[in-house]
Amino acid sequence: MMKTTADPYGAQAHARAMAGTIVETMPILPPSDGLVWEETVAAGGYTSRRISRGTRITLDDIYGDACVSLLLFNAECPVERLNVADTVKVQWNAYLGAGKLLLSDMGRVMMSLLSDEAGTHDCFCGASNAALHERKYGLGGNYGPYPSARDRFLIALAKYGLGRKDVHPCINLFKGVAIADDGAAILNAGPFAPGRTVMLRAEMDLIIVLANTPHVLDKRADYSVTPVKVTAMAGPVTAQDDPIRTATPEGERAYLNTEDYYRR
Amino acid sequence: MTDLAIAGLSGHIIHDEIVPARAPWLHEVKAGQTLRIVDVEGNQAVDFLAYNAKDDAERYSAQDTIAAQENIYLKTGAVLLSNEGRPMMTITATNVAYHDTIGGACSCESNTLRYGHFTKHQHSCVDNFLDANAREGRNKRDMVSNINFFMNVPVEADGALGIVDGISAPGLMVELRAEMDVTVVVSNCPQINNPCNGFNPTSVRMIVTA
Repeated sequence: MMKTTADPYGAQAHARAMAGTIVETMPILPPSDGLVWEETVAAGGYTSRRISRGTRITLDDIYGDACVSLLLFNAECPVERLNVADTVKVQWNAYLGAGKLLLSDMGRVMMSLLSDEAGTHDCFCGASNAALHERKYGLGGNYGPYPSARDRFLIALAKYGLGRKDVHPCINLFKGVAIADDGAAILNAGPFAPGRTVMLRAEMDLIIVLANTPHVLDKRADYSVTPVKVTAMAGPVTAQDDPIRTATPEGERAYLNTEDYYRR
Repeated sequence: MTDLAIAGLSGHIIHDEIVPARAPWLHEVKAGQTLRIVDVEGNQAVDFLAYNAKDDAERYSAQDTIAAQENIYLKTGAVLLSNEGRPMMTITATNVAYHDTIGGACSCESNTLRYGHFTKHQHSCVDNFLDANAREGRNKRDMVSNINFFMNVPVEADGALGIVDGISAPGLMVELRAEMDVTVVVSNCPQINNPCNGFNPTSVRMIVTA
């Protein structure tokens, strides 16, 4: 058989012949009508994007075993980021669900949960790391089949010039952690029905970072995680009478602070 | 009269300091040394962060610590893990039932949400952490979820969570043995809008033994 990649012409033809290949876990460009972002993130994969205020993002746990670890940064000033402790403390509640807010460390609302078919999320246990994955699965690094959430975050952030100091405490979506009376953190790893969705509205211009890896407390011996579909639509800035904006006095002041930030 | 604050200390005292009410504190604790924090007047929240003294991008991680022990409360035996999953310090003794690591630090900004914009210019733990950290070249990127020693944050069955009346008392303490060389940064919490300091910030005592 003739070697086709022995010179640049052959190599170019070889490379171009691959175009149009469709796999399940890839971005769709351009996205379907009405969308600004359409991408299926692989099991063990990650993605990130600069999104605008008002954008609605839907995460679809298409096979029922996704675990999406989430970081958020103010796009124009990334030293402002999601603050998980403030998110639970200010809202007087440990559990995320429809109507809940994701708060920054500057007292602003970064995102709101417009809808939530899952109801199983985790603000407490954070990201897995390479050492843990090496113990659990035999290999932990990004180069192998069992990457950790923290290592996925490090690569994602490096593409924005951000580094180890910017990997802040995260939120895990789709896998639930409940806190028992004695303080025990108890994972609900499913099994869950396929197709549960969570819809988030950006309340600021954001860098959103998603890593899809097994939950840090997942006791299953195999690296259990399934792809997650991300779609996003542009949308209006939250109205003054929006029921999520006005639901609680603390939340309303978070919106006031965000609105004040954009008053310029 | 016996000084209860130093009763039962192992090793000899190499540092002994009163941190005034509302003040920050920064101190390097070497591997093997023990830091005792004394709640001198009772129910004074001590907001606490630790950094690897040789590489401050490695720092205390509340989430790694909670995940490893599968519990949100810090008690005797708790190992404080870094963001890279390594032991930084171990709680070797405490006579308070448990300590908090989910409540975070008060800030001028979050105070506006929790209490109203009239609190914006009150002093806060994040400002204390930034004050101390800035002197070593750190900034808000170095702020992460902290420990609140002597602070009580229960979680109810429905998820209700909040800072409630403390379970500490005058003279109670916590001891931490350093497992690596760590830079400890503390905010002696100045909060006056909730019960974390009994609505009256007071001094705490820091004793390092080797």
